[in-house]
Amino acid sequence: MTETGFFGRLTWDSFPIAGLMKDPNANEIVANAAAGVMIVGVIAVVGLLTWFRLWGPLWRNWLTSADHKKIGIMYIVFAIVMLARGVLEGVVMRAQQAAGPGEGFLEAEHFAELFSTHGTIMIFFVAVPFVFGIANFLIPLMIGARDVAFPVMNQISLGLTVSAGMMLMVSLVVGQFSTGGWTAYPPYTGAVFNPGVGPDYWIWAIVVSGSGTTLTGINFAVTIYKLRAPGMTFMRLPIYCWTIISSSILIVFAMPPLGVAALMLAADRYLDFHFFTNDLGGNMMNYANLFWLFGHPEVYLLVLPAYGIFSEVFATFSAKRLYGYNSLVIATMCIAVLSFTVWLHHFFTMGQSALINAVFGIATMLIAIPTGVKVYDWMATLYRGRIRFSVPMLYGLAFLMLFVIGGLSGVILANPTVDYQVHNTLFLVAHFHNVLLPGVLFGLLAGYNYWFPKAFGFRLNEAWGRISVVLWTVGFMLTFLPLYFVGLMGMPRRSYSWEDPSFHPFMIVAFIGAFVILSALFSVIIQLWVSIRDREKTQVPVGDPWDARTLEWSIPAPPPPYNFAVIPQITDRDDFAAAKERGEAYPSPDQYEDISMPRNTGIGFAICVLSGIWMFALVWWIWWLAALVTVLMLLSFILWTFRLDTEEVIPAEEVRKQHEAWLDLVNSAKPVDRDHETAPENRGLARPDLKAVT
Amino acid sequence: MKRAPTHSYPGLNLGRRHASADKASEVVTFGFWVFLMSDLVYFGLMFAIYITMIDAQAGGPGPHDLFNMTSIFAQTLILLTSSLTVGLAMLALKYNLPRWRIVFWFSVTLVLGICFLVLEIRDFMDMAEKGGIPQRSGFLSAFYGLVPLHGVHVAAGCLWLVVLGIQLRVFGLTDLVMSRVVRLALFWHFLDLIWIGIITIVYFGGLTYG
Amino acid sequence: MDKRSEMHRREQRRYVIGYGGSLLLTGTVFTIAYVFGIETKGVYLAIAMLGLAQLVVQLVYFLHIDRRRSSREDLDLILFSVLVLLIIILGTVWIMGNLAVRMHTYPM
Repeated sequence: MTETGFFGRLTWDSFPIAGLMKDPNANEIVANAAAGVMIVGVIAVVGLLTWFRLWGPLWRNWLTSADHKKIGIMYIVFAIVMLARGVLEGVVMRAQQAAGPGEGFLEAEHFAELFSTHGTIMIFFVAVPFVFGIANFLIPLMIGARDVAFPVMNQISLGLTVSAGMMLMVSLVVGQFSTGGWTAYPPYTGAVFNPGVGPDYWIWAIVVSGSGTTLTGINFAVTIYKLRAPGMTFMRLPIYCWTIISSSILIVFAMPPLGVAALMLAADRYLDFHFFTNDLGGNMMNYANLFWLFGHPEVYLLVLPAYGIFSEVFATFSAKRLYGYNSLVIATMCIAVLSFTVWLHHFFTMGQSALINAVFGIATMLIAIPTGVKVYDWMATLYRGRIRFSVPMLYGLAFLMLFVIGGLSGVILANPTVDYQVHNTLFLVAHFHNVLLPGVLFGLLAGYNYWFPKAFGFRLNEAWGRISVVLWTVGFMLTFLPLYFVGLMGMPRRSYSWEDPSFHPFMIVAFIGAFVILSALFSVIIQLWVSIRDREKTQVPVGDPWDARTLEWSIPAPPPPYNFAVIPQITDRDDFAAAKERGEAYPSPDQYEDISMPRNTGIGFAICVLSGIWMFALVWWIWWLAALVTVLMLLSFILWTFRLDTEEVIPAEEVRKQHEAWLDLVNSAKPVDRDHETAPENRGLARPDLKAVT
Repeated sequence: MKRAPTHSYPGLNLGRRHASADKASEVVTFGFWVFLMSDLVYFGLMFAIYITMIDAQAGGPGPHDLFNMTSIFAQTLILLTSSLTVGLAMLALKYNLPRWRIVFWFSVTLVLGICFLVLEIRDFMDMAEKGGIPQRSGFLSAFYGLVPLHGVHVAAGCLWLVVLGIQLRVFGLTDLVMSRVVRLALFWHFLDLIWIGIITIVYFGGLTYG
Repeated sequence: MDKRSEMHRREQRRYVIGYGGSLLLTGTVFTIAYVFGIETKGVYLAIAMLGLAQLVVQLVYFLHIDRRRSSREDLDLILFSVLVLLIIILGTVWIMGNLAVRMHTYPM
């Protein structure tokens, strides 16, 4: 470590604009355009908020809220903003590789930065917050609870995730991000080869968002374990809740390896330790081992909730009970446990014996069995169902077909001998995009379309929804299926330039596909815009627009802050569907009780800002600031534990008034059958026209 | 799901007299258990790394040159005794003994915790004098990644004790404070368990295989 | 009140038993190490077993983990954690040990 000034190693040259002034070229222009877009975006948001005088409401209703529904929505907004950046980076990378043999407009360094941020963002700041956003919104509604187990901790988790994501945004404007890929393997990311700030941005973003994620995992696990409504036994839980339990278990046990790996890398870089260095007994293979101890469970913690969403979507839009509930539960838990036994398949080529490779290869192939069970269960749910091709269902069908291809390419890769041939090629890139897009992203978008009316009280535009399904599907296929072929032809991943002309046609197709994906992203935004504009025609205040089956649909849309006026008594799986069939779906409670809910608090926001400053100070070696903020964070947390008035009471009378107003609405609404679900007369009261098929 | 009416949360509990505190702390104590298990994986990985790096001494000083087993024995006794005293503080709370008994056992635990830390830091300084600094070798990096991590936990426990002592004074024996005491006791026992792992694997394991 | 103080005594005795047991085990471990030296693997195996025993003693007497219904949830949690830990630690040691041998990193 060297002597540094008041601002650590932060100087004028740390800003990319300095590079542009010295030497304007395409590479610098792209870098500065990205920084510029970021800055303009921030100024625009700040300006709009000020213009419409929204700072007060934003602070009161959102930033300080401990309501799980609002925290969930904030997670999703954050994820979509980050998704926009991730997709744009993907397009720039495809453009670079499509330019032709030895061509291109980016420097190698810049390209490396792009694939590093793209991976880091898409995994940690799109997929994870999107999954958590939906889970946050849904879990208490599905199990009949008023909030998650630890509402304030929930807020802190969000704060940590957002501040870590902001570090990636800051790295656009100040300094540069890591060039070591999302896995950041040392010794390349060690102090000797990479003395700059890049890997430090990566390390602290990962450490902070990782601790936020761990807290969320604990929160969800305890919520589902302890806060279920009376009668909601484990075998009556919606499958989505089961997938979130599994995900939470994976988080609790799999985030520590990532934290350990990142902190050890930090010790190497900051304190000159020798965990992963080339000299004095350091061993980088330990890093690979640790990273993938986390990395493999991570992909399942992302994809399992998507399976859960599809399970709900298939059941609802087939108007059938989910087929093979028990087998789905068992398969989910099997996947969760098996996912801890396969991490070595990410480094088959590191040099261990064939026996070890074989053991882990077989373990990997075993995961295909429970996954296969799930696919058959979903197909059996569709079979002879009363299917509507609504947007979530379309995503589901695209998922079923494309995801199986991705899964099978995974089984191919699980064979170590094959892996020796295709590892580190675009075949691998094609494989994991093939599971992450149709699997995770389609699942999340299906969930977004499915539950949007529950969250905001109006439906999303169906036509634009269908357009975006088509664009995502076609865009995915054009972009990533060609990569299987170039991968088999031997094109290495992460190469900013290549020489073999036979790759060119494939790269051009992939580039076109990237633009289709970009337009898919725009179509999602347009869909949201159009839906907000036309929201008067799509109101569903009664709350059950799809004739759905689980508990969250039995309450108003949007739900009141306390979710359930009276905590329901559960007697069946798909309790709400059964109640609708009996005609008892909307009972009038005899009596109401005072409800105490967590009061607003600013601790999450404070932790968000402070941890952001803390990371920045550490990245730039501003030691006094880092120390100061550490003390401040500790103090603010300790002081916060002295707060006693953490709850506020909503009087029973108030609850009764609101609930009875809604019941009147239910009684006056005209029931709508499935064929008219997307018509304006759908106010959220379903008319079950078929006996439920069991 | 209706829960079992009495002490339904595992491990430590406050008993019938404090039924409201017990119920309130059930959820949060379970959450704390889950957190501890996550922390356990942290430690487990550090142990695994230590095991893989025992030979990575790179010609630097090894366990036989550095470890002072007398001091380790003393630290073990101190930490073990503090585990007992924190348990007695819990019992004083559970059976409504006079508040000074709680404060007394708290203070003893705090003093023992600080003694432990002082001894540990003295050990590290001795090691550093003999050239045993983390920058010297992979083995020493792994050692200093693991043992001080436990020390930091003990320090956090001490800070927690102090804060709880103040809260005991400010709020009295409210449900909230009692449920926090339960969690502190859990945390402290947990650190003792980790310490058993450290003497067995880091110290004795290091001396045997290093 | 008598019943309460009886229960109090009983619980206090639990802690003291746990403490005594742990002291005994710790003492044995250090005595073995002192008497037999800590060079052989047999001695280390004995030390490791005693360490394991002490873990169990503390779990039972300090943390009150047993097979009663009320603490079943925690026992499940702990057992699952131990399973994951074993997978992680044994897997790591297996893989890294194998690599060390094949790469001739350390004199074996």
